[in-house]
Amino acid sequence: MSAAPSRGQVLNLYKQFIKNANQFNNYNFKEYFLRRSRESFRANSKIQDPVELAKVYRDAQFDLAVLKRQSIISQLYTFDKLVVEPVAEK
Amino acid sequence: MLKNTRTNGLLKTSYRVFGLQNVHPLKFYSSSAAATAVKKIADNISLETHTDIQAAAREQAEERSSAGNDSASNGVGGFTAPNALKHAYQENTGFGTRPIYLDMQATTPTDPRVLDTMLKFYTGLYGNPHSNTHAYGWETNKEIETAREHVAKLINADPKEIVFTSGATESNNMVVKGIARFYKKTKNHIITTRTEHKCVLEAARAMINEGFEVTFLNVNEDGLIDLEDLKKNIRPETCLISVMAVNNEIGVMQPIKEIGEICRKNKIFFHTDAAQAYGKVPLDVDKMNIDLMSISSHKIYGPKGIGALYVRRRPRVRLDPLLSGGGQERGLRSGTLAPPLVAGFGEAARLMKQEYDADVAHITRLSKKLMDNLLALEHTTLNGSSKHRYPGCVNVSFAYVEGESLLMALRDIALSSGSACTSASLEPSYVLHALGKDDALAHSSIRFGIGRFTTEDEVDYVIKAIVERVKYLRELSPLWEMVQEGIDLNSIKWSGH
Ligand SMILES: Cc1ncc(COP(=O)(O)O)c(C=O)c1O
Repeated sequence: MSAAPSRGQVLNLYKQFIKNANQFNNYNFKEYFLRRSRESFRANSKIQDPVELAKVYRDAQFDLAVLKRQSIISQLYTFDKLVVEPVAEK
Repeated sequence: MLKNTRTNGLLKTSYRVFGLQNVHPLKFYSSSAAATAVKKIADNISLETHTDIQAAAREQAEERSSAGNDSASNGVGGFTAPNALKHAYQENTGFGTRPIYLDMQATTPTDPRVLDTMLKFYTGLYGNPHSNTHAYGWETNKEIETAREHVAKLINADPKEIVFTSGATESNNMVVKGIARFYKKTKNHIITTRTEHKCVLEAARAMINEGFEVTFLNVNEDGLIDLEDLKKNIRPETCLISVMAVNNEIGVMQPIKEIGEICRKNKIFFHTDAAQAYGKVPLDVDKMNIDLMSISSHKIYGPKGIGALYVRRRPRVRLDPLLSGGGQERGLRSGTLAPPLVAGFGEAARLMKQEYDADVAHITRLSKKLMDNLLALEHTTLNGSSKHRYPGCVNVSFAYVEGESLLMALRDIALSSGSACTSASLEPSYVLHALGKDDALAHSSIRFGIGRFTTEDEVDYVIKAIVERVKYLRELSPLWEMVQEGIDLNSIKWSGH
């Protein structure tokens, strides 16, 4: 059993989630993972039980690995920007 | 036992490659390494895939400039051709060109987490899950059983009751034809509804040719069946009642629990086509007395080409299989399973459970916003019950606007009209007809599908676009002019069209 994470560790994990979500090239996936990262970290901040917290922290690391791999893939296969996405003039 | 430990050992090795076991994931995926890997590729090769809307926009621009030359002769009622086109398709400079996807009932985008699960089957785990003499078979077989558990859990079923198929179309055919054929010696009657998906209707029609009688129940103006009508149509020879859970065109939810009770009381098998409902509304095969359920993976952010059929084991439901062969899937569906698709489907089901509350809250909020704003337009109606519905499907009729021309005018939004089923035909939807809508209203209907990945910005864009273009198209319509002048359209004799 791993110990409950420190505040700094959780904050660091959160930053990684946001950073990797932002790397999605696909607009809908990017927005979704940003929204869900914010929501779930906010919801999980209420957890007091150290055992549960340790479990949530471990699961989140698994999810982060998925996010890292998939944000790379999203950059490999890209599509036109959506009509709601601003494009920078080249 | 030996088989298990060996399988585990192997899987552990294969996972280590992904950095999920002993290696700390953060360390393994040091962000700088990931960033450089991406940067290299992004700089050297252009992989952008263009939507054909770009070609369409170019074509349109050419058309417009040539039309502009003789605009004087084209000018009808103040609207010149180039002017009309400009209104029909707005170009926002500084923004992208790919349409917003709002057709979630047709299919949903594959969730990246689902793709992540699938990729390892295309890169290393290629064993045949039915090979039980070696590790390649064991490792894929283990993943398939995990997927089966995820699919079963969402509807409170036992994993053994899940049969993987190619999709809901196959599952529906399996049930309607398989049950009827198995019990044909003693029973010859099937009950279904007029608003089912085409695959149920056509399968039922095929059984008429095999000597069965089929009752197609009517629905009321809300799209719901009448339970008394159902009871009246039950005969001693009825072997199957098939009623869909959520309708794919209007999102209406039938009283599944009540229908299940009636079926169980009369000892008739109850099948529900839950392609649009699975994972999106609460379903429990025991509480609702469901004997058979069709499920589709690509409606829940999973891969296309895979689905499942739930077949109750106690009391046992028996059916003739469609396919003869090696006897896989309890002998009900022979043929080698596709592990990438099955595992992706399983992960999609797991996510539907995990994300249920978040998805429901998000979709309900966006759906309410969309509905409130669209229905604020005059002469606009919501099709189907406003109470018994899945919020992710909003079907609206815009009177005095031709649905197809509205769709043509909305090339920046991927939508479908009410008659989406066979999109090539311009026939008005049989579902809306069943609700008692006339041709004109059925023709002016549009279905909006909202999902997990839809954003608020997209919904805002859609509201603005629809409101503007409905108003514009109505201005062009002579009917609308008459309505504004207070002429009762019903008093006019129309010649056939
Ligand atoms: C209610 C309903 N049933 C069946 C299907 C067909 O599903 P599949 O594409 O998995 O064969 C669909 C989707 O089009 C549907 O909406």
